[in-house]
Amino acid sequence: MRRVSSGGPEIERLIQLLAKLPGLGPRSARRAALHLIKNRDAVMTPLAQALKTAAEQIRVCGVCGNLDTHDPCAICTDISRDAKTLCVVEEVADLWALERAAMFNGRYHVLGGTLSALDGIGPDDLNIPKLVARVREAGVAEVVLATNATVDGQTTAHYLAGALAAAGVAVTRLAHGVPVGGELDYLDDGTLAAAFRGRKAL
Amino acid sequence: MEWRDEGIVLAVRKHSESSVIVSVLTEQHGRHAGLVRGGGGRRLRGVLQSGNQVAVAWRARLADHLGNYQVELVRARAAAVLDDAARLAAVTAACALIERAFPEREPVADAFPALVAMLDAIEASPVWPSRYVRWEMTLLAELGYALDLERCAVTGATAGLAFVSPSSGRAVTAAAAGPYRERLLPLPAFLGRAEDAAVVPAAEIAAGLALTGHFLSANVFNHRTKPLPAARLRLLDYFHAQATKYGA
Repeated sequence: MRRVSSGGPEIERLIQLLAKLPGLGPRSARRAALHLIKNRDAVMTPLAQALKTAAEQIRVCGVCGNLDTHDPCAICTDISRDAKTLCVVEEVADLWALERAAMFNGRYHVLGGTLSALDGIGPDDLNIPKLVARVREAGVAEVVLATNATVDGQTTAHYLAGALAAAGVAVTRLAHGVPVGGELDYLDDGTLAAAFRGRKAL
Repeated sequence: MEWRDEGIVLAVRKHSESSVIVSVLTEQHGRHAGLVRGGGGRRLRGVLQSGNQVAVAWRARLADHLGNYQVELVRARAAAVLDDAARLAAVTAACALIERAFPEREPVADAFPALVAMLDAIEASPVWPSRYVRWEMTLLAELGYALDLERCAVTGATAGLAFVSPSSGRAVTAAAAGPYRERLLPLPAFLGRAEDAAVVPAAEIAAGLALTGHFLSANVFNHRTKPLPAARLRLLDYFHAQATKYGA
């Protein structure tokens, strides 16, 4: 028996597009579409306008790889930030996470991924040559490698440490270990081992 | 269809939003892939790192299907080497070599215990670089391309071996090499010994990696038009750099 569409082709198209978003399957996309239609003035129209503006105006920062409506981005042009400290992250989402923590007042460099032997991602496929040039030219004193604590993330960090060795800057990385609120009993062996190796005097 | 086994995680590929396809070198089922639901999530991401030792339960309706894995961590080997560039490169190189070189779902005798022994050495032994080179020689033998470094291919002598023929993989003495020595591969001295009691100099490790790399390239990877994995090339670069920095 042929499935009958519950709405017109426009609604089906909307549901199909919403289902492509992370975290949304076909059922939740259908619910989201219904919510948008029911709240046309309050949600749907402003959302459509916001999407249109974002699609037209958001671009990749030519200096750090961040996403912003201006190039260079707001972080790169902020004179109150410490230009001598550079934090290297894998993705823009990591930059946003660090900005949420409000711990770092330097500038960023987004790699756009990690080295991966299996996927054939090499240094030239990432934003690495630009990082090396930036460190050499911009008077950077410290590079903080904030890559993920994964095999690929740390492989990339070690590669960057080697690539930046000749630049004469301090290269540091984030600590690995027990998260705030973490109970030792529930931690995996790897995290516990890393925390134990990185113990500090009190 | 269902079986349980133990293995080493070789590679993880994203599949849909939260699932991953994990390739594992298992003890009894060879290199075997399976789908891990939720493998991209926070709970399993740390477990599914290359080099980690895991217990797996594989289930599928038919033997030909990809099947689903239930994975449990046995030993977090990746975390133990994350801080050490050379050790991390060796673990990723070993995993990438097996992932690319071994046929899928064909048990290879002794491959799992050999890999586990080598990973044990990488974690704890100061002579791990020479053990790694020896492990690559074992890998070549398992794939049918064993090197014969016991005696000279020309004279049959067992002493004074200094080169290896790049085509046959057999050792040659310095005397027998004569005018052909430029065309032969240097045989590092540590490969002439049964075991390594002391740390082998970086230059010898680099020569060993170049030797096994040549035969891996020529016999295992080239005919599939694949280069050596990037992690393996980085490992060789590391020992070349160490040899240049600190001398032999």
